[in-house]
Amino acid sequence: MTDIIKAFITGGIICVIAQLLIDYTKITPARIMVLFVVTGVVLGVLGIYPAIVEFGQAGATIPLTGFGNTLAKGVIKAVNETGLAGVLTGGVKAASAGISSAITFGYIMAIVSKPKLK
Amino acid sequence: MSTRTGKQTVVLSNPPVVIGGAAIVGKKEGDGPLARYFDQIIDDEYFGEKSFEKAESRLLRDTLVKTLDKCGKSASDLHFIISGDLQNQCTAASYAFRDVQVPFLGIYGACSTMAESLSIGAILIDGGAAEMTACITSSHFCSAEKQFRYPLEFGSQRTPTAQWTVTGAGCILLEKQGNGPVITHLTNGTIIDMGIKDANNMGAAMAPAACDTILRHLEDTGRNIDYYDMVLTGDLGSFGRSILIRLLKDNGVEPGDRYNDCGCMIFDLESQDVVCGGSGCGCSAAVLSSYVLELMNQRKINKVLFVATGALLSPTWIQQGDSIPCIAHAVSLENIQ
Repeated sequence: MTDIIKAFITGGIICVIAQLLIDYTKITPARIMVLFVVTGVVLGVLGIYPAIVEFGQAGATIPLTGFGNTLAKGVIKAVNETGLAGVLTGGVKAASAGISSAITFGYIMAIVSKPKLK
Repeated sequence: MSTRTGKQTVVLSNPPVVIGGAAIVGKKEGDGPLARYFDQIIDDEYFGEKSFEKAESRLLRDTLVKTLDKCGKSASDLHFIISGDLQNQCTAASYAFRDVQVPFLGIYGACSTMAESLSIGAILIDGGAAEMTACITSSHFCSAEKQFRYPLEFGSQRTPTAQWTVTGAGCILLEKQGNGPVITHLTNGTIIDMGIKDANNMGAAMAPAACDTILRHLEDTGRNIDYYDMVLTGDLGSFGRSILIRLLKDNGVEPGDRYNDCGCMIFDLESQDVVCGGSGCGCSAAVLSSYVLELMNQRKINKVLFVATGALLSPTWIQQGDSIPCIAHAVSLENIQ
Protein backbone atom coordinates (compact mmCIF):
# COMPACT_ATOMS: atom_id res chain seq x y z
CA MET A 1 0.00 0.00 0.00
CA THR A 2 2.81 2.47 0.81
CA ASP A 3 4.34 1.56 -2.56
CA ILE A 4 1.14 2.56 -4.31
CA ILE A 5 0.98 5.88 -2.47
CA LYS A 6 4.64 6.60 -3.19
CA ALA A 7 4.13 5.78 -6.90
CA PHE A 8 1.03 7.96 -7.00
CA ILE A 9 2.84 10.93 -5.49
CA THR A 10 5.93 10.55 -7.69
CA GLY A 11 3.97 10.13 -10.93
CA GLY A 12 1.63 12.91 -9.88
CA ILE A 13 4.43 15.39 -9.33
CA ILE A 14 5.90 14.60 -12.76
CA CYS A 15 2.49 15.18 -14.38
CA VAL A 16 1.99 18.44 -12.42
CA ILE A 17 5.28 19.72 -13.84
CA ALA A 18 4.04 18.91 -17.37
CA GLN A 19 0.70 20.61 -16.69
CA LEU A 20 2.45 23.73 -15.38
CA LEU A 21 4.57 23.82 -18.54
CA ILE A 22 1.39 23.64 -20.67
CA ASP A 23 -0.39 26.32 -18.64
CA TYR A 24 2.37 28.83 -18.08
CA THR A 25 4.75 28.48 -21.03
CA LYS A 26 4.36 28.45 -24.78
CA ILE A 27 6.10 25.09 -25.17
CA THR A 28 4.01 22.78 -27.36
CA PRO A 29 2.93 19.37 -25.98
CA ALA A 30 5.26 17.55 -28.39
CA ARG A 31 8.23 19.59 -27.17
CA ILE A 32 7.30 18.95 -23.55
CA MET A 33 7.39 15.22 -24.30
CA VAL A 34 10.83 15.49 -25.89
CA LEU A 35 11.99 17.65 -23.00
CA PHE A 36 10.85 14.96 -20.54
CA VAL A 37 12.74 12.20 -22.36
CA VAL A 38 15.92 14.29 -22.49
CA THR A 39 15.54 15.30 -18.83
CA GLY A 40 15.19 11.62 -17.95
CA VAL A 41 18.42 10.86 -19.81
CA VAL A 42 20.31 13.64 -18.05
CA LEU A 43 18.97 12.75 -14.59
CA GLY A 44 19.70 9.09 -15.35
CA VAL A 45 23.33 9.82 -16.22
CA LEU A 46 23.75 11.96 -13.10
CA GLY A 47 22.36 9.12 -10.99
CA ILE A 48 19.49 11.25 -9.71
CA TYR A 49 16.70 9.46 -11.54
CA PRO A 50 17.59 5.98 -10.22
CA ALA A 51 17.09 7.41 -6.73
CA ILE A 52 13.68 8.71 -7.73
CA VAL A 53 12.83 5.28 -9.17
CA GLU A 54 13.88 3.62 -5.94
CA PHE A 55 11.36 5.77 -4.08
CA GLY A 56 8.50 6.08 -6.57
CA GLN A 57 8.93 2.81 -8.56
CA ALA A 58 6.30 2.62 -11.35
CA GLY A 59 5.36 6.23 -10.64
CA ALA A 60 8.82 7.15 -11.90
CA THR A 61 9.41 4.51 -14.58
CA ILE A 62 6.12 4.85 -16.48
CA PRO A 63 6.21 8.61 -17.32
CA LEU A 64 8.40 9.69 -20.24
CA THR A 65 11.26 10.70 -17.96
CA GLY A 66 11.46 7.01 -17.03
CA PHE A 67 11.94 6.17 -20.71
CA GLY A 68 14.84 8.66 -20.82
CA ASN A 69 16.32 7.07 -17.70
CA THR A 70 16.08 3.61 -19.31
CA LEU A 71 17.89 4.89 -22.40
CA ALA A 72 20.69 6.34 -20.25
CA LYS A 73 20.94 3.19 -18.16
CA GLY A 74 21.12 1.03 -21.30
CA VAL A 75 23.87 3.12 -22.85
CA ILE A 76 25.99 3.07 -19.69
CA LYS A 77 25.62 -0.71 -19.42
CA ALA A 78 26.43 -1.32 -23.09
CA VAL A 79 29.46 0.98 -23.01
CA ASN A 80 30.79 -0.90 -20.00
CA GLU A 81 30.29 -4.25 -21.75
CA THR A 82 31.20 -3.56 -25.39
CA GLY A 83 32.96 -0.21 -25.44
CA LEU A 84 32.06 2.97 -27.30
CA ALA A 85 29.75 1.21 -29.79
CA GLY A 86 27.38 0.83 -26.86
CA VAL A 87 26.45 4.52 -27.25
CA LEU A 88 24.58 3.53 -30.40
CA THR A 89 23.19 0.14 -29.36
CA GLY A 90 22.59 0.31 -25.62
CA GLY A 91 19.70 2.75 -25.40
CA VAL A 92 17.28 1.11 -27.77
CA LYS A 93 18.26 -2.38 -26.55
CA ALA A 94 17.32 -1.47 -22.98
CA ALA A 95 14.08 0.18 -24.07
CA SER A 96 13.20 -2.52 -26.61
CA ALA A 97 10.35 -4.05 -24.59
CA GLY A 98 8.71 -0.64 -24.18
CA ILE A 99 9.13 0.40 -27.81
CA SER A 100 7.98 -2.94 -29.24
CA SER A 101 4.96 -3.15 -27.00
CA ALA A 102 4.00 0.45 -27.85
CA ILE A 103 4.06 -0.43 -31.55
CA THR A 104 2.32 -3.81 -31.13
CA PHE A 105 -0.46 -2.66 -28.82
CA GLY A 106 -0.81 0.61 -30.71
CA TYR A 107 -1.39 -1.36 -33.89
CA ILE A 108 -3.93 -3.66 -32.24
CA MET A 109 -5.83 -0.73 -30.74
CA ALA A 110 -5.82 1.07 -34.09
CA ILE A 111 -7.53 -1.95 -35.62
CA VAL A 112 -10.15 -2.49 -32.94
CA SER A 113 -11.02 1.12 -32.11
CA LYS A 114 -12.04 4.32 -33.85
CA PRO A 115 -11.03 7.84 -32.76
CA LYS A 116 -13.85 9.83 -31.20
CA LEU A 117 -14.49 13.13 -29.48
CA LYS A 118 -13.75 13.15 -25.76
CA MET B 1 -22.30 48.63 -59.95
CA SER B 2 -20.17 48.72 -56.84
CA THR B 3 -18.43 51.95 -55.92
CA ARG B 4 -15.73 52.59 -53.36
CA THR B 5 -15.72 54.88 -50.40
CA GLY B 6 -12.68 55.71 -48.32
CA LYS B 7 -9.63 53.51 -48.43
CA GLN B 8 -11.03 49.99 -48.30
CA THR B 9 -14.81 49.98 -48.37
CA VAL B 10 -17.05 48.83 -51.21
CA VAL B 11 -20.56 50.28 -51.42
CA LEU B 12 -23.04 47.97 -53.12
CA SER B 13 -25.43 50.08 -55.13
CA ASN B 14 -27.72 47.13 -55.89
CA PRO B 15 -27.47 45.51 -52.47
CA PRO B 16 -27.81 41.71 -52.72
CA VAL B 17 -30.55 40.19 -50.58
CA VAL B 18 -29.95 37.47 -48.01
CA ILE B 19 -32.96 35.35 -48.96
CA GLY B 20 -32.22 32.63 -46.44
CA GLY B 21 -29.73 30.56 -44.57
CA ALA B 22 -29.28 27.31 -42.73
CA ALA B 23 -26.83 25.74 -40.32
CA ILE B 24 -26.06 22.17 -39.35
CA VAL B 25 -23.83 21.61 -36.33
CA GLY B 26 -22.38 18.84 -34.21
CA LYS B 27 -23.50 17.56 -30.82
CA LYS B 28 -21.34 19.83 -28.67
CA GLU B 29 -22.60 22.91 -30.53
CA GLY B 30 -26.11 21.48 -30.16
CA ASP B 31 -25.62 21.47 -26.38
CA GLY B 32 -24.74 25.17 -26.48
CA PRO B 33 -26.90 28.24 -25.92
CA LEU B 34 -27.82 28.70 -29.62
CA ALA B 35 -29.12 25.14 -30.08
CA ARG B 36 -32.70 26.05 -30.94
CA TYR B 37 -31.63 28.25 -33.87
CA PHE B 38 -29.79 25.51 -35.73
CA ASP B 39 -31.58 23.58 -38.47
CA GLN B 40 -30.07 20.23 -37.58
CA ILE B 41 -27.84 18.81 -34.88
CA ILE B 42 -25.85 15.68 -35.63
CA ASP B 43 -25.00 13.33 -32.79
CA ASP B 44 -22.31 11.34 -34.53
CA GLU B 45 -19.06 13.13 -35.38
CA TYR B 46 -18.68 10.76 -38.36
CA PHE B 47 -22.11 11.81 -39.69
CA GLY B 48 -22.52 8.27 -41.03
CA GLU B 49 -19.33 8.55 -43.10
CA LYS B 50 -16.05 6.64 -42.87
CA SER B 51 -13.79 9.54 -41.92
CA PHE B 52 -13.96 12.98 -40.30
CA GLU B 53 -12.98 14.57 -43.61
CA LYS B 54 -15.90 12.92 -45.39
CA ALA B 55 -18.20 13.88 -42.53
CA GLU B 56 -17.25 17.53 -43.01
CA SER B 57 -17.97 17.30 -46.75
CA ARG B 58 -21.34 15.85 -45.98
CA LEU B 59 -22.04 18.69 -43.56
CA LEU B 60 -21.47 21.15 -46.40
CA ARG B 61 -23.57 19.21 -48.87
CA ASP B 62 -26.50 18.74 -46.49
CA THR B 63 -26.37 22.37 -45.37
CA LEU B 64 -26.60 23.56 -48.97
CA VAL B 65 -29.53 21.24 -49.65
CA LYS B 66 -31.29 22.39 -46.48
CA THR B 67 -30.80 26.06 -47.38
CA LEU B 68 -32.09 25.57 -50.92
CA ASP B 69 -35.14 23.69 -49.55
CA LYS B 70 -35.90 26.41 -47.00
CA CYS B 71 -35.77 29.07 -49.73
CA GLY B 72 -37.74 27.00 -52.24
CA LYS B 73 -34.83 27.01 -54.68
CA SER B 74 -32.89 24.32 -56.47
CA ALA B 75 -29.19 23.96 -57.26
CA SER B 76 -29.87 24.85 -60.90
CA ASP B 77 -30.89 28.35 -59.75
CA LEU B 78 -27.39 28.97 -58.44
CA HIS B 79 -24.84 30.80 -60.55
CA PHE B 80 -21.98 30.27 -58.12
CA ILE B 81 -21.13 28.29 -55.03
CA ILE B 82 -18.44 30.12 -53.06
CA SER B 83 -17.16 27.85 -50.38
CA GLY B 84 -14.21 27.08 -48.16
CA ASP B 85 -13.11 25.07 -45.14
CA LEU B 86 -10.01 24.26 -43.10
CA GLN B 87 -8.85 21.05 -44.74
CA ASN B 88 -5.72 20.89 -46.90
CA GLN B 89 -6.34 22.33 -50.35
CA CYS B 90 -9.86 23.29 -49.28
CA THR B 91 -11.00 19.76 -50.05
CA ALA B 92 -14.08 19.45 -47.83
CA ALA B 93 -15.76 21.92 -50.19
CA SER B 94 -14.33 20.54 -53.44
CA TYR B 95 -15.44 17.00 -52.62
CA ALA B 96 -18.78 18.17 -51.25
CA PHE B 97 -19.85 19.87 -54.47
CA ARG B 98 -18.24 17.59 -57.06
CA ASP B 99 -21.62 16.24 -58.12
CA VAL B 100 -23.45 19.58 -58.07
CA GLN B 101 -23.33 21.09 -61.53
CA VAL B 102 -22.78 24.68 -60.39
CA PRO B 103 -19.75 26.93 -61.07
CA PHE B 104 -17.58 26.61 -57.97
CA LEU B 105 -15.20 29.08 -56.36
CA GLY B 106 -13.12 27.49 -53.60
CA ILE B 107 -11.67 30.06 -51.21
CA TYR B 108 -9.53 30.08 -48.09
CA GLY B 109 -9.53 32.72 -45.39
CA ALA B 110 -9.33 30.47 -42.32
CA CYS B 111 -12.10 31.51 -39.89
CA SER B 112 -12.79 34.63 -41.99
CA THR B 113 -13.88 32.52 -44.96
CA MET B 114 -17.62 33.17 -44.51
CA ALA B 115 -17.14 36.95 -44.76
CA GLU B 116 -14.82 36.48 -47.73
CA SER B 117 -17.43 34.29 -49.40
CA LEU B 118 -20.20 36.83 -48.74
CA SER B 119 -17.95 39.61 -50.11
CA ILE B 120 -17.30 37.78 -53.37
CA GLY B 121 -20.94 36.70 -53.71
CA ALA B 122 -22.21 40.22 -53.07
CA ILE B 123 -19.83 41.80 -55.58
CA LEU B 124 -20.70 39.20 -58.24
CA ILE B 125 -24.42 39.90 -57.81
CA ASP B 126 -24.03 43.66 -57.54
CA GLY B 127 -21.91 43.70 -60.68
CA GLY B 128 -24.45 41.66 -62.63
CA ALA B 129 -22.28 38.55 -62.97
CA ALA B 130 -24.74 36.40 -61.01
CA GLU B 131 -28.39 36.33 -60.01
CA MET B 132 -27.96 34.00 -57.07
CA THR B 133 -24.96 32.68 -55.16
CA ALA B 134 -24.55 30.26 -52.26
CA CYS B 135 -21.99 31.31 -49.64
CA ILE B 136 -21.14 28.33 -47.50
CA THR B 137 -18.31 27.30 -45.18
CA SER B 138 -17.60 24.52 -42.74
CA SER B 139 -15.22 23.24 -40.10
CA HIS B 140 -15.01 20.00 -38.18
CA PHE B 141 -13.28 19.67 -34.82
CA CYS B 142 -11.73 16.30 -35.59
CA SER B 143 -10.43 17.10 -39.08
CA ALA B 144 -9.12 20.50 -37.92
CA GLU B 145 -7.25 18.97 -34.97
CA LYS B 146 -5.53 16.62 -37.41
CA GLN B 147 -4.81 19.49 -39.78
CA PHE B 148 -3.52 22.10 -37.35
CA ARG B 149 -2.57 20.36 -34.12
CA TYR B 150 -2.39 16.63 -33.46
CA PRO B 151 -4.60 13.73 -34.56
CA LEU B 152 -7.19 12.83 -31.91
CA GLU B 153 -5.54 9.41 -31.46
CA PHE B 154 -2.51 11.19 -30.02
CA GLY B 155 -4.62 12.40 -27.09
CA SER B 156 -2.77 15.68 -26.66
CA GLN B 157 -3.60 18.09 -23.81
CA ARG B 158 -5.12 21.47 -24.67
CA THR B 159 -3.58 24.79 -23.62
CA PRO B 160 -5.51 27.47 -21.66
CA THR B 161 -5.75 29.87 -24.61
CA ALA B 162 -6.73 27.23 -27.17
CA GLN B 163 -10.08 27.56 -28.92
CA TRP B 164 -12.38 24.71 -29.81
CA THR B 165 -12.95 24.25 -33.54
CA VAL B 166 -16.67 24.16 -34.20
CA THR B 167 -18.13 21.17 -36.00
CA GLY B 168 -20.66 22.75 -38.28
CA ALA B 169 -21.52 24.43 -41.53
CA GLY B 170 -23.46 27.56 -42.34
CA CYS B 171 -24.90 28.60 -45.70
CA ILE B 172 -26.38 31.88 -46.90
CA LEU B 173 -28.16 32.38 -50.22
CA LEU B 174 -27.70 35.76 -51.84
CA GLU B 175 -30.04 36.88 -54.58
CA LYS B 176 -30.37 39.97 -56.72
CA GLN B 177 -33.93 40.53 -55.53
CA GLY B 178 -36.12 39.12 -52.80
CA ASN B 179 -37.11 39.52 -49.19
CA GLY B 180 -34.63 39.74 -46.39
CA PRO B 181 -31.73 41.78 -45.09
CA VAL B 182 -29.35 43.22 -47.67
CA ILE B 183 -25.60 43.57 -47.82
CA THR B 184 -24.83 47.28 -48.18
CA HIS B 185 -21.10 47.63 -47.51
CA LEU B 186 -17.99 45.48 -47.50
CA THR B 187 -14.73 46.39 -45.83
CA ASN B 188 -12.14 43.81 -46.75
CA GLY B 189 -9.19 43.80 -44.43
CA THR B 190 -5.49 43.97 -45.10
CA ILE B 191 -3.21 41.33 -43.65
CA ILE B 192 -2.06 42.31 -40.17
CA ASP B 193 0.80 40.53 -38.43
CA MET B 194 1.74 41.72 -34.97
CA GLY B 195 4.42 39.06 -34.58
CA ILE B 196 2.52 36.60 -32.39
CA LYS B 197 3.97 33.13 -32.84
CA ASP B 198 1.82 31.03 -30.50
CA ALA B 199 -0.58 29.03 -32.67
CA ASN B 200 -2.58 28.21 -29.54
CA ASN B 201 -3.32 31.88 -28.98
CA MET B 202 -4.96 32.90 -32.23
CA GLY B 203 -7.50 35.18 -30.56
CA ALA B 204 -4.74 37.54 -29.47
CA ALA B 205 -3.16 37.38 -32.91
CA MET B 206 -6.43 38.18 -34.70
CA ALA B 207 -7.76 40.95 -32.42
CA PRO B 208 -5.59 43.70 -34.00
CA ALA B 209 -6.83 42.69 -37.47
CA ALA B 210 -10.45 42.91 -36.29
CA CYS B 211 -9.76 46.30 -34.70
CA ASP B 212 -8.11 47.60 -37.87
CA THR B 213 -11.02 46.52 -40.10
CA ILE B 214 -13.71 47.89 -37.75
CA LEU B 215 -11.95 51.27 -37.43
CA ARG B 216 -11.39 51.35 -41.19
CA HIS B 217 -15.06 50.54 -41.84
CA LEU B 218 -16.29 53.28 -39.49
CA GLU B 219 -13.91 55.83 -40.97
CA ASP B 220 -14.67 54.92 -44.61
CA THR B 221 -18.45 54.99 -44.12
CA GLY B 222 -18.52 57.91 -41.69
CA ARG B 223 -20.61 55.78 -39.37
CA ASN B 224 -20.45 55.65 -35.64
CA ILE B 225 -20.41 52.21 -33.99
CA ASP B 226 -23.82 53.13 -32.49
CA TYR B 227 -25.20 52.86 -36.01
CA TYR B 228 -25.17 49.08 -35.62
CA ASP B 229 -27.49 47.05 -33.40
CA MET B 230 -24.97 44.25 -33.35
CA VAL B 231 -21.26 44.04 -34.09
CA LEU B 232 -20.09 40.49 -34.35
CA THR B 233 -16.59 39.11 -34.64
CA GLY B 234 -15.88 35.51 -35.51
CA ASP B 235 -13.97 34.03 -33.82
CA LEU B 236 -11.66 35.68 -31.38
CA GLY B 237 -12.80 33.66 -28.37
CA SER B 238 -13.05 35.16 -24.90
CA PHE B 239 -9.37 36.09 -24.66
CA GLY B 240 -9.20 37.78 -28.09
CA ARG B 241 -12.56 39.43 -27.48
CA SER B 242 -11.32 41.22 -24.38
CA ILE B 243 -8.21 42.35 -26.28
CA LEU B 244 -10.36 43.75 -29.09
CA ILE B 245 -12.57 45.68 -26.65
CA ARG B 246 -9.45 47.24 -25.14
CA LEU B 247 -7.98 48.07 -28.56
CA LEU B 248 -11.23 49.71 -29.68
CA LYS B 249 -11.46 51.75 -26.48
CA ASP B 250 -7.85 52.88 -26.94
CA ASN B 251 -8.97 54.24 -30.32
CA GLY B 252 -11.97 56.05 -28.89
CA VAL B 253 -14.60 53.49 -29.93
CA GLU B 254 -16.87 52.17 -27.19
CA PRO B 255 -18.32 48.87 -28.47
CA GLY B 256 -20.60 48.28 -25.47
CA ASP B 257 -23.22 45.53 -25.33
CA ARG B 258 -23.76 45.49 -29.07
CA TYR B 259 -20.45 43.72 -29.50
CA ASN B 260 -20.06 39.99 -29.18
CA ASP B 261 -17.96 37.21 -30.62
CA CYS B 262 -19.39 34.15 -32.41
CA GLY B 263 -16.84 31.92 -30.67
CA CYS B 264 -18.13 33.08 -27.27
CA MET B 265 -21.80 32.75 -28.27
CA ILE B 266 -21.89 29.25 -29.72
CA PHE B 267 -20.69 27.52 -26.52
CA ASP B 268 -21.33 28.04 -22.86
CA LEU B 269 -17.73 28.84 -21.87
CA GLU B 270 -18.39 28.02 -18.22
CA SER B 271 -19.84 24.56 -18.57
CA GLN B 272 -18.68 23.18 -21.92
CA ASP B 273 -14.91 22.85 -21.37
CA VAL B 274 -14.03 24.66 -24.59
CA VAL B 275 -11.36 26.83 -22.92
CA CYS B 276 -11.59 30.17 -24.77
CA GLY B 277 -14.56 29.47 -27.05
CA GLY B 278 -15.29 28.27 -30.56
CA SER B 279 -13.39 28.85 -33.79
CA GLY B 280 -13.28 27.57 -37.36
CA CYS B 281 -14.92 28.55 -40.64
CA GLY B 282 -18.09 26.83 -39.49
CA CYS B 283 -18.45 28.85 -36.26
CA SER B 284 -19.20 32.35 -37.53
CA ALA B 285 -21.00 30.88 -40.56
CA ALA B 286 -23.36 28.81 -38.38
CA VAL B 287 -24.04 31.68 -35.95
CA LEU B 288 -24.70 34.14 -38.78
CA SER B 289 -26.88 31.92 -40.91
CA SER B 290 -29.07 30.77 -38.01
CA TYR B 291 -29.24 33.00 -34.92
CA VAL B 292 -28.31 36.38 -36.45
CA LEU B 293 -30.40 35.88 -39.57
CA GLU B 294 -33.43 34.90 -37.52
CA LEU B 295 -33.12 37.97 -35.29
CA MET B 296 -32.82 40.13 -38.40
CA ASN B 297 -35.81 38.50 -40.09
CA GLN B 298 -37.86 39.05 -36.93
CA ARG B 299 -36.64 42.66 -36.99
CA LYS B 300 -35.36 42.38 -33.45
CA ILE B 301 -32.13 43.79 -34.84
CA ASN B 302 -31.83 45.68 -38.11
CA LYS B 303 -28.20 46.59 -38.61
CA VAL B 304 -25.40 44.10 -38.16
CA LEU B 305 -21.69 44.45 -38.80
CA PHE B 306 -20.33 40.95 -39.31
CA VAL B 307 -16.55 40.91 -38.90
CA ALA B 308 -15.11 37.45 -39.50
CA THR B 309 -11.46 37.07 -38.56
CA GLY B 310 -8.93 34.58 -39.84
CA ALA B 311 -5.51 33.41 -38.72
CA LEU B 312 -3.77 32.68 -42.00
CA LEU B 313 -1.17 30.28 -40.69
CA SER B 314 -0.14 26.77 -41.57
CA PRO B 315 1.55 24.30 -39.21
CA THR B 316 4.60 24.26 -41.51
CA TRP B 317 5.15 28.02 -41.25
CA ILE B 318 4.69 27.96 -37.49
CA GLN B 319 7.15 25.06 -37.16
CA GLN B 320 9.62 27.16 -39.14
CA GLY B 321 9.30 29.81 -36.45
CA ASP B 322 7.28 32.44 -38.28
CA SER B 323 4.47 34.54 -36.84
CA ILE B 324 0.74 34.50 -37.63
CA PRO B 325 -0.63 36.78 -40.37
CA CYS B 326 -4.25 37.67 -39.64
CA ILE B 327 -7.16 39.18 -41.50
CA ALA B 328 -10.66 40.47 -40.84
CA HIS B 329 -13.43 41.20 -43.33
CA ALA B 330 -16.44 43.31 -42.42
CA VAL B 331 -19.85 42.78 -44.02
CA SER B 332 -22.62 45.25 -43.28
CA LEU B 333 -26.07 43.59 -43.21
CA GLU B 334 -29.09 45.83 -42.94
CA ASN B 335 -32.86 45.63 -42.99
CA ILE B 336 -33.80 48.42 -45.34
CA GLN B 337 -37.22 50.15 -44.88
